[in-house]
Amino acid sequence: MFKNFFPNKILSLTNKTINSLVIFLVVVVIIGLTYSLLLSPPDYIQGDSVRIMYVHVPSSFIALGSFGFIGIASICNLIFKIKFMPLLAKSLAPIGCAFSLISIVTGSFWGKPTWGVWWVWDARLTSMLILFLFYIAYILTWKFMGSFERANKISSIIGIVGLLNLPVIKYSVDWWNTLHQASSITLTSAPTIHYTMLVPLIIMFFGMIIYSLIIFLMRYKTEVIKFKLNKKKNYK
Amino acid sequence: MLGKKVKPRIVFFIFLLVSAVLVVFIVLKSLEENVVYFLSPTEIYNKTNISYDEKIRVGGLVKKNSISKNGTSINFIITDLKKEIVVSYNGLVPNLFSEEKGVVAEGRLRDKKYFIADKILAKHDENYMPPEVKKALEKSNN
Repeated sequence: MFKNFFPNKILSLTNKTINSLVIFLVVVVIIGLTYSLLLSPPDYIQGDSVRIMYVHVPSSFIALGSFGFIGIASICNLIFKIKFMPLLAKSLAPIGCAFSLISIVTGSFWGKPTWGVWWVWDARLTSMLILFLFYIAYILTWKFMGSFERANKISSIIGIVGLLNLPVIKYSVDWWNTLHQASSITLTSAPTIHYTMLVPLIIMFFGMIIYSLIIFLMRYKTEVIKFKLNKKKNYK
Repeated sequence: MLGKKVKPRIVFFIFLLVSAVLVVFIVLKSLEENVVYFLSPTEIYNKTNISYDEKIRVGGLVKKNSISKNGTSINFIITDLKKEIVVSYNGLVPNLFSEEKGVVAEGRLRDKKYFIADKILAKHDENYMPPEVKKALEKSNN
């Protein structure tokens, strides 16, 4: 499967594949939204504002996940000099950046009616904001660093340093007292979220991952074409 | 299998990674007091160098049957099931503020058992369930 991400293979990605993925996406998202916004019950204490979670949690996951990939790609890039790694990471960055912003904004909308404030500087919220800034730094490096070689090196370093932030985000709610609640879904124990809310969450999760995959495939193909055309010289 | 240049790069990288992790750990450890968003009543009880002028935050559960309202002023007890602190506050509380639920109060300590708050935040826990399930749970508990 990994072979399909090799630069020559991605060029054979046709609009037909993308279109069928889009149809799949629309179906999953319609089911997910109907379930999460209409059919699922309100929470016993938060009421209907619990529905923000169906967007907030998958967005945060994708934001963390894509930076994880960027970090690993950056390591492979610096150590093994695998040529298509920076292209992979570069195509992922805007997706994760957008989703980290969505996560912060939807979190704010939830925080106001629940906590009573839009924003607090607790460990979880602050480390998530730092992740967003890492994304911005990563993207700007590629935009403004001139030569490919320089942008490649600096962005890889940003990717690796940013990787250290991920466990801090994940475990911030366990390591320190935070206003943000602990995780409801963990590997070690049963989820503390009722199944009537867990099922729509998983569907939305799936939908947003398909969306990210589509955007990634399209961007990655574009990046590979740009790279091949420019042969590193004017590649940005 | 690995090229000649790859091996020193890996060694260098592992060295770099270990030192970076150490740096992050030391920074977070030394900033711990600022990273922690609130203190529990027990932590306040055990604290030796406590400041009564500085703004701090206390967090825990609102003790059952401890809320007393008088006009806009409200008194309640924050507990972590070991130690307790009486909180006095004047103003509106968030909708989710209620007994046996999480709360974070921002303000100043009068003494180790008495806290004057100027901001109240409700803390939500990690449990999500429909109202019917909550009722059923309460029924089976009684």
